[in-house]
Amino acid sequence: MASPETFYEVMRRQGITRRSFLKFCSLTAAGLGLGPAYVDKIAHALETKPRVPVVWLHGLECTCCTESFIRSGHPLAKDAILSMISLDYDDTLMAAAGDQAEEILEQTIEKYDGQYILACEGNPPLNEDGMYCIQGGRPYLEKLKHMAHHCKAIISWGSCASWGCVQAARPNPTQAVPIHKVIHDKPIIKVPGCPPIAEVMTGVVTYMVAFDRLPELDRQGRPKMFYSQRLHDKCYRRPHFDAGQFVETFDDEGARKGYCLYKVGCRGPTTYNACSTLEWNDGLSWPVKSGHGCLGCAENDFWDKGSFYSAVPKLNVMGGVEADANKIGVVLAGAAAVGVAAHAAVSVASHMKGKQAEEASDE
Amino acid sequence: MQDTVAATEEHKPERLKPIYVFEAPVRFWHWIHGLSILVLAVTGYLIAEPLPSPIGEASDRFLMGNIRYIHFVAGYVFAIAFVVRVYWAFVGNTYARELFIVPIWRPSWWKQLWYEIKFYSFLTKELHKETGHNPLAQAAMFVFNVLMGLFMIVTGFALYAEGLGQGSWADQLFGWINPILGSSKDVQFWHNVGMWLILVFVVIHIYMAIRADIISRQSSISTIFGGWRYYKDDRP
Repeated sequence: MASPETFYEVMRRQGITRRSFLKFCSLTAAGLGLGPAYVDKIAHALETKPRVPVVWLHGLECTCCTESFIRSGHPLAKDAILSMISLDYDDTLMAAAGDQAEEILEQTIEKYDGQYILACEGNPPLNEDGMYCIQGGRPYLEKLKHMAHHCKAIISWGSCASWGCVQAARPNPTQAVPIHKVIHDKPIIKVPGCPPIAEVMTGVVTYMVAFDRLPELDRQGRPKMFYSQRLHDKCYRRPHFDAGQFVETFDDEGARKGYCLYKVGCRGPTTYNACSTLEWNDGLSWPVKSGHGCLGCAENDFWDKGSFYSAVPKLNVMGGVEADANKIGVVLAGAAAVGVAAHAAVSVASHMKGKQAEEASDE
Repeated sequence: MQDTVAATEEHKPERLKPIYVFEAPVRFWHWIHGLSILVLAVTGYLIAEPLPSPIGEASDRFLMGNIRYIHFVAGYVFAIAFVVRVYWAFVGNTYARELFIVPIWRPSWWKQLWYEIKFYSFLTKELHKETGHNPLAQAAMFVFNVLMGLFMIVTGFALYAEGLGQGSWADQLFGWINPILGSSKDVQFWHNVGMWLILVFVVIHIYMAIRADIISRQSSISTIFGGWRYYKDDRP
């Protein structure tokens, strides 16, 4: 590794033809929502820029992000991206293990201090000094902080790294926290989803290495190119929503006709992701297309938002009690009405009593 | 006794003169405000719990779309009326400010408040005379109309912004509430709870107004229609 290779060189070394390379550039430009003019720019960047190393860490997680990533719809995208990143460190995908693997981390820091991208899958648990996730004999939290200190930018892969996900669900016994709660001094890009869509992942990585800058982020730190719209906004069942045609139960006529799944709990209207446009598994399907509502897996705390099968938001408001907003409301309004009626009755009674007393005193 | 009161009233015509409390814009706002709350509550409930599905082609129907449309229009009316009402607090008479400025720094306000609480708990009979709102009503108005109204406007436009899209004016002005409350699902939830809290206020408000009109020593219902506060007796 005398002089740093370019991405293109790495790809060619991996046996990818120039024709395939250019196809990949077109595909990525389209995925990022860029015009045809950008195909050349991406190709040029990948041909001339030295490869940006990516270190891929795993905290508390289920590896579904990696599973999604290596199943990128276009096999080429997977190959291309993997050749960009797997050369450095990804304990699930790389060949090295044990001390050898851990050595790579230190080597990366030595060679590319402040230049590499830290891709974080999963999150660190803070309870018991981080003992719920031990890697190479020390808490993952230490490893994360160490690697984050020397990196250029962080990608928070998936809902674990972005929001906390299932391990951070109430009561969160291990005190798992998303990356941005422990790393404050580096730019963090959240790519939420459980897992994120493969093309979204490859798109974000390619954008960062090709253009050498972070993608534009929204208020919550997600790349706007993939997370600026709700599933609902691009859902092919949206006309049924606007028409007021809903699936009431999963075996009714509406379900057979492909009506909107809002009433059976679809969270498309509150979930920002690209599922309804990119779809999954090479555009094969996505949850709503298969007849089930969106679970909102790319949203903050989606696991703690009550039933997946209720349209009315149900939240854990006061420690564990699931509350349906409309049920709370009916109880409140009912209590108010009863209270008013009782108060009115007492008012009348006391008024009458007062009158009687007055009449008695008059007599 | 009542006869004697009536008799003394006849003999003492210098009972407190009527006071012009609610100016026309305030009265107008009150009814716009109430009507928009009614429309918003009905359509809002139907957005959370949609009606049974109409049959036919989706392209022939726009039920949910219309319900949402009415909700959004009523939301604009509610919000704009609120802004105009805030403006009137600056240029209107002293009672126009009662909704927004609760004088909690005044010991007399607290004394009055305690008195009202006792009155409504049947612990005391006689009610003081009020020109504007009594402290209890004023506190409730401030919490449920001003604070809750603002909350509903902010959360409502944050949800509206999701349809308009990121970068829209509504997103730039109100989108910040989503991360604060957690996610848009949370915003929906609290917006829904907010509706019910306002409806609780409406129930109590209407009851109190009618009750006050009957029991208290000044006019109440006619005041919000005509603006003038009349007194039923001339004791201080």
